[in-house]
Amino acid sequence: MTGNTYALLLVGVAAGVTALLRFLPFLVFRKHTPKIVLYLGEVLPCAIMGMLVVYCLRNVSIFPAAHALPEALAVALVVFLHRWKHNTLLSIAAGTVCYMFFVQAVFK
Amino acid sequence: MHRDNTLKYSFLASLPVLAGYLVLGIGFGVLLQDKGYSWWWALLMSATIYAGSMQYVAVDLISAGASVAAAALMTVMVNIRHLFYGLTMVDKYSDTGWKKPYLIFALTDETFSLVCSPELPEEINRKKYYFFVSLFNQCYWVAGSILGAAAGAALRFNSAGIDFAMTALFVVIFIEQWEKTSFHFPAVCGVVISVVCRVVFGASGFLIPSMLGILAAMLLQKKQAEQKLHLQGKDRQAEEALQNAQARPEMCSKGEEIQGGMR
Repeated sequence: MTGNTYALLLVGVAAGVTALLRFLPFLVFRKHTPKIVLYLGEVLPCAIMGMLVVYCLRNVSIFPAAHALPEALAVALVVFLHRWKHNTLLSIAAGTVCYMFFVQAVFK
Repeated sequence: MHRDNTLKYSFLASLPVLAGYLVLGIGFGVLLQDKGYSWWWALLMSATIYAGSMQYVAVDLISAGASVAAAALMTVMVNIRHLFYGLTMVDKYSDTGWKKPYLIFALTDETFSLVCSPELPEEINRKKYYFFVSLFNQCYWVAGSILGAAAGAALRFNSAGIDFAMTALFVVIFIEQWEKTSFHFPAVCGVVISVVCRVVFGASGFLIPSMLGILAAMLLQKKQAEQKLHLQGKDRQAEEALQNAQARPEMCSKGEEIQGGMR
């Protein structure tokens, strides 16, 4: 097997398994959507978004706590800006620029 | 008219992802180029796999000469959270017709965050919004990765920390969901259970326990939660009427009244 064939094979596996995970719930509940899934569709978005935030921050070490300062400050800024102005682009841009400044220039 | 509005609205909604995906896509393209793969590999992988972190992992797997079984298992581990997205969107995507297979295929973290609970104005076509947002996001990702692979060296700048854009996007959507309801049990569970699992199981293994924990918490509290949400016995039409009322700015106070009255 040449290098390219092997690489193509692995790309195919990654693509196939990813698609399978994405399609699986839709295939299982193809005919009709059970009440329990309707309920989960209502409550899961908030829970998953909380989980995704933690997922994004999973590699932040909190021992010592100072290591988590760039993330903590940038998240606090995003929360503050968004509660105040409710401007998605502003909150994200300001938070990101601030975080980049922290990790590149302040907390090296 | 409708179409134009929806197109524009979807594009504006996807702007935060545009910034994030271009940069992360370029990062992926540069990595691919470093390993000796040309731009069309970036196109192929971003078009067919279309899962950010998994594509980074796939490059490592290929360079390391991993077996097919190992690659498949790794993909399940990295992408298992997509099961949750599907579970959440089963009903919302049920009436999307020919768009449905693509919508499901393109359901990444970022796309999910834009489609899971958007408050769309009345004149916006919900199904087209799903489709445009999904398509735009993938275009950004594909364009970024090709750009990175083709012109990687020239595009390099000190981008350390720029991936925080995605964290910020999720934080913003978390806040918006929080403000939309006074029933915070799911949101609090999502954060608390994930943090506890992260501490107990470590960064690489906490996602599956978190998902199981969240699922268990939601199911255990189903009765109380449904009382709060007043889902039981509420037919779909009433629900949609409520959503429309909430989506119209001038009707906002009325929407809150309806919601308040149901609790």
